[in-house]
Amino acid sequence: MSQTIKPAPIVKSFTVPATPEKAFAVFTDGHGRWWPKSHSVGDSPLKQAVIEPRAGGRWYGLLEDGTEASWGDVLAWEPPGRLVLAWRLNGQFTYDPDLLTEVEVRFTAEGQGVTRVDFEHRHLERLGDGEAALQLRAGMNTGWGLILDNYVAAVGG
Amino acid sequence: MTNAKAFAALADPTRREVFERLSRGPRAVGDLANDMPVSRPAVSQHLKVLKEAGLVTDRPDGARRVYQIDPRGLGQIRAWLDQFWDVALDAFKAEVERQATQDAQDTQDEGDKP
Repeated sequence: MSQTIKPAPIVKSFTVPATPEKAFAVFTDGHGRWWPKSHSVGDSPLKQAVIEPRAGGRWYGLLEDGTEASWGDVLAWEPPGRLVLAWRLNGQFTYDPDLLTEVEVRFTAEGQGVTRVDFEHRHLERLGDGEAALQLRAGMNTGWGLILDNYVAAVGG
Repeated sequence: MTNAKAFAALADPTRREVFERLSRGPRAVGDLANDMPVSRPAVSQHLKVLKEAGLVTDRPDGARRVYQIDPRGLGQIRAWLDQFWDVALDAFKAEVERQATQDAQDTQDEGDKP
């Protein structure tokens, strides 16, 4: 009998000093201006993160060596209120077109020039499911372990 | 540093093997030891480390103790992603704030013109 393990979605809410239109634009058109350079995959450093502005558009990293690393694509493009991205990087941080986890971002006006941002990354069980332990194990020896080390170092742990 | 502890716990190959077997379903200690080339006390010791790392939980089942994967522990990837998004969304928020400040500055400069 296999055991199904379902991690809860990652949920975050915060406000930003902007209209929903502006917040949506910074998140998408301005993606490359804020997306951390450390949040990338591939052999070359990240030059710019890109979200193509349409449903079906790609979500990827443009790397310093000119190559592109796919992360996923745009599932819903509904400015200024809602954006849904497909995150298709698995537990080993490898792009898998058959993997679907969803990143939804909602922008709601909360007052004059203030927008509440509701973020959710869901279906995380698909990152592992029955294979989670195996992926965790494989990941230990490659990307995950290294990324975790970097993270721990960065927070001074 | 729960993450670091969990990853350290899984650095041992036999312990990973135990963890992996539990990922297929709950098992008792003796049951696990039967089909592994290590002694029962050794399996118990590995389970203890995995439990301390938050990767497995145990419960009594009659005279036996049954171990299973702790979903929160298996959420190590989730925990990592959670931090990942904290960093990314903080950066997004900072960029919106930077632009808001700049827009306010531009408006003010505009007003200062004679």
